Amino acid sequence: MKKQKALIIGGSAGSLDVLLKVLPDIKPDFDFSIIIVIHRKQGADSLLTDLLSHRTKLKVKEADEKEKILAGNVYVAPSDYHLLIEKDFTFSLDYSEKINYSRPSIDVTFQSAADAYGQNLACLLLSGSNADGVNGLIAAKKNGGTTLVQNPETAQVTYMPEQAILRANVSAILTIDEMADYINSLSLNN
Amino acid sequence: MSSPGVISDEQVEILINDVLEQHGYDFTGYSRASLKRRLSRLYSLDKHVSFAEFRYRTLNDEVYFKHFVEGVTVNVTEMFRDPSFYRLLREKILPSLNTYPFIRIWLAGCSTGEEAYSVAIILKELNLLHKSLIYATDINPTVLEKAGNGMFPLSQMKNYSENYIASGGTKDFSSYYAASYSLAKFDTELKAKMIFSTHNLVSDRSFNEFQLILCRNVLIYFDRPLQFRVLQLFDQSLENLGYLALGTKETIDFSPVSKSYKRVETDKVWRKIG
Repeated sequence: MKKQKALIIGGSAGSLDVLLKVLPDIKPDFDFSIIIVIHRKQGADSLLTDLLSHRTKLKVKEADEKEKILAGNVYVAPSDYHLLIEKDFTFSLDYSEKINYSRPSIDVTFQSAADAYGQNLACLLLSGSNADGVNGLIAAKKNGGTTLVQNPETAQVTYMPEQAILRANVSAILTIDEMADYINSLSLNN
Repeated sequence: MSSPGVISDEQVEILINDVLEQHGYDFTGYSRASLKRRLSRLYSLDKHVSFAEFRYRTLNDEVYFKHFVEGVTVNVTEMFRDPSFYRLLREKILPSLNTYPFIRIWLAGCSTGEEAYSVAIILKELNLLHKSLIYATDINPTVLEKAGNGMFPLSQMKNYSENYIASGGTKDFSSYYAASYSLAKFDTELKAKMIFSTHNLVSDRSFNEFQLILCRNVLIYFDRPLQFRVLQLFDQSLENLGYLALGTKETIDFSPVSKSYKRVETDKVWRKIG
């Protein structure tokens, strides 16, 4: 079985609630990296990081540029920058044009991660109202990665997961209740 | 729609090498994930039929190459971006430069000029503009032409006005420009204190000494060794007790020059302490 080195979770409207339900049930000794890319208003800078850090026992931090990506950490994409993964498994930030009206764009992170991690990547796309992330899922799948999507029946806003299911040939569709178990099962020591 | 993956890693290296040998522009120290994305975007936008054709035009067509440089570098910018930074400039940093008879500011990577005009507006309101000079430089001649025109989309003015107010501005922002069709033309008094010039942070040297250097959201595109080299260039170009301002996600912390700098409060501004 291929070993996941990173799980990237993307979402937009309605995705924060999912994270707050799922992340507290993740076992803190997971042996890969979790990277979170959530659309949100510009300016509310480290609020999301603080919130997730407060509500879970996990090591949550905002991703710094050139930072080495380590197993067991949860990284959050800073607001108003695209977050990219380099081949040496460090982060890059990019303040280029918005993609799908979004910065950070989920597509940008998924696509660069697909390049860097290849088959050792899992991407999970949550609730949201635009199709950002769908092209990224397609890229991840093409490079051998695992692609996951929130079951639209459990999503506050169904458009994003529906588009993923329609266009991306996803590996699995998960309800909110199934997500924590699935993520925990990605660890070898589980 | 973005189409990443059209340019391969090998092709990125081929282009970097071509551009260095043929045109003298050195992109070897640029972070690859972002650069690859820019090249793929340019390839799609320009509807090239093959990599060979893209490469040929980049190598041999001078007009196309100007467009290439503009497309590969990121030129997204806005006026008074990060209002809290401009508040610090207004309330602390620029007033402390008042003791100098003449204030020299270097804005490195000025793109289309929005930051230069923002700084000039604050200087004017602090009554410092008359004795200041802003050297605004960029690698890319095309954006400098735009910067020199001092005209920005009128559609952005609401956003910029909000940023201006959030940064501590109290005047009517619209008093700084005249609307002309879809553009806002900024007061020529502001432009009179700016010098626009090409300067490549990778290959060009220090050209003056400054009391303030602003280089925001440029270093994020460089790898660590190049970041350190550019910070060294800034260090050589900064007077003692001068200030260096970087983007909100950039730092000098890991660089060799960091020991001669002291952070100003919690913002991404450092003061040179010799």
